[in-house]
Amino acid sequence: MNAARAIAADVRTGTRRATDVLEEFLGRIEAHDGDVHAFNAVTAERARATAAAIDAAVDEGRNPGPLAGVPVAFKDNLCTRGVATTCSSRMLEGWQPPYDATVVQTMTAAGAVMIGKTNLDEFAMGSSTEHSAFGPTRNPYDLARVPGGSSGGSAAAVAAGFAPLALGSDTGGSIRQPASLCGIVGIKPTYGRVSRFGLVAFASSFDQIGPFATDVADAALALGVISGHDPADSTSIPAAVPDFEAALERSVEGLRVGVVSELTGSGRNDAAVGGGALGDAAGEVLDGIDADVTERVFEAADALADAGATVGRVSVPAVTYGLTAYYLIALAEASSNLARYDGTRYGLRVEGADVEEMNRMTRRAGFGDEVKARIMLGTFALSAGYYDAYYGKAQRVRMLTRRDFDAAYADFDVLLSPTSPCVAFRFGERADPMTMYRCDTCTIPSNLSGDPAMSVPFGTGAEDLPVGVQVMAPALGEETMLAVAAALERAAPPLPKPQLVEGAAT
Amino acid sequence: MEDATAISTDQVAHVALLARIELTADEIEHYTGHLARVLEHARELEDLDLADVPPLAHPYPLRNVFRDDVASPPVDRDEVLAQAPAASGGQFEVPPVLGEEA
Repeated sequence: MNAARAIAADVRTGTRRATDVLEEFLGRIEAHDGDVHAFNAVTAERARATAAAIDAAVDEGRNPGPLAGVPVAFKDNLCTRGVATTCSSRMLEGWQPPYDATVVQTMTAAGAVMIGKTNLDEFAMGSSTEHSAFGPTRNPYDLARVPGGSSGGSAAAVAAGFAPLALGSDTGGSIRQPASLCGIVGIKPTYGRVSRFGLVAFASSFDQIGPFATDVADAALALGVISGHDPADSTSIPAAVPDFEAALERSVEGLRVGVVSELTGSGRNDAAVGGGALGDAAGEVLDGIDADVTERVFEAADALADAGATVGRVSVPAVTYGLTAYYLIALAEASSNLARYDGTRYGLRVEGADVEEMNRMTRRAGFGDEVKARIMLGTFALSAGYYDAYYGKAQRVRMLTRRDFDAAYADFDVLLSPTSPCVAFRFGERADPMTMYRCDTCTIPSNLSGDPAMSVPFGTGAEDLPVGVQVMAPALGEETMLAVAAALERAAPPLPKPQLVEGAAT
Repeated sequence: MEDATAISTDQVAHVALLARIELTADEIEHYTGHLARVLEHARELEDLDLADVPPLAHPYPLRNVFRDDVASPPVDRDEVLAQAPAASGGQFEVPPVLGEEA
């Protein structure tokens, strides 16, 4: 049993040694990460020392914590003191942060063992890991397909059995979408629930850290460890951390579940759900959401109705403008955040005759194609004469989204939609930027609103590839969200194992 | 280029200067196409009447976030400077800023 909570229980009671658990996972990485490329770096020696210290603590009768001896992979945009943190960019290749991110501190204090740093789209800008400067990560379900992104390395690591837990960051869907494509659970908590201190900034009003796990209970366990107010992050919310694991036991009976019309329009308009009809989709329906995916969402709604929830359709009209508004705001914030990479304080420097030439040549050499394009888009959206038309307008659409969600949550406790408009796609299939950006259509609304959302595996779609259903809840509503996710997990058809596991010789 | 009016090569050259990214003429052409394709979609916001909708900059309302005015230990200077491309005398070192000899 290699679920995180089983490992932690065994290590605490001395049934298993943290060092043995670690070697098992390191062995899988050794055998298969050459194919998957989930990791930018495997920190084996450091992990062996940490695991030995945990075993020593157990021997002395001390409790190493709720994640005792659990190997964890950190996305390579989370600062780890003395361990290279690259953001999968040439700009930061080899850079060793002078401090640990708060989540790295809390996971370590809870007994977790850092096993490595995972690959991502450069500076978290992408939905496939194809934009990593160090080469893409491959999906454990089909090595010819992407794992999603930007936290594709973390998702693939958990799906491939390289670590029972991983952390990622979600700016427009970067935890939920790869979780969906890799057949695992991924949570974007409420903005401010988890400290962002030590997360390399992409778009600061959207960025949020969250866990990946093979099941809902492990994800809830990790979420509890990393949640809470942090004085080092002025945007972190001073709210008590609930018992997320206890929330999994809650019944969904009587809960009001809304299926978002704009994100599921194609598909069953007259399906019987819980003895009633869902009714016709109201409002505009977004193109490009595959029917094999929406069908799983309707089945998930059926399952919740069977468990006693009241299911209906709900319209969230601003969702149709969310993608555009999100990209304008996110790239404006990115152009400001990434101004710090100027060849002076850290990372790459390319020499120039004066300081400005040094800045320009450094940024030319250090940033990849997609990052350059996004910085320039953001700079343009903020520039004189265009600010009101682009950035200003996008912020007003963000308010519309907030209001539409508030209205939806007046009638429903949670909302359902697909996580990703499609199952894992092939490398190179979404080369056009707008085609790639549309991967985030269903996930972006919760980043605009700041509300929590998560992806739960629910069956398969085309090519027998995993489909994730997204559960959304109002701000600080993680407990209800997790209760619904746990109910979906109980009802979900079993997933096939990743290709990697079936074909594994070792 | 699909949409020559969304953004011009001159505008991209100017934006590249503002963003401090050195680009060749060919690259400016390449990014003009890329940016135009994205900005074309931004036009869908043009038709929205948002005059009465205030902007939202931050998703969760937190105000006046202060801490006690107490000094806490800073990160170690040598550890920070060890990661810099160039440092001397306890400071970051950069090329000439005002055109004087280095």
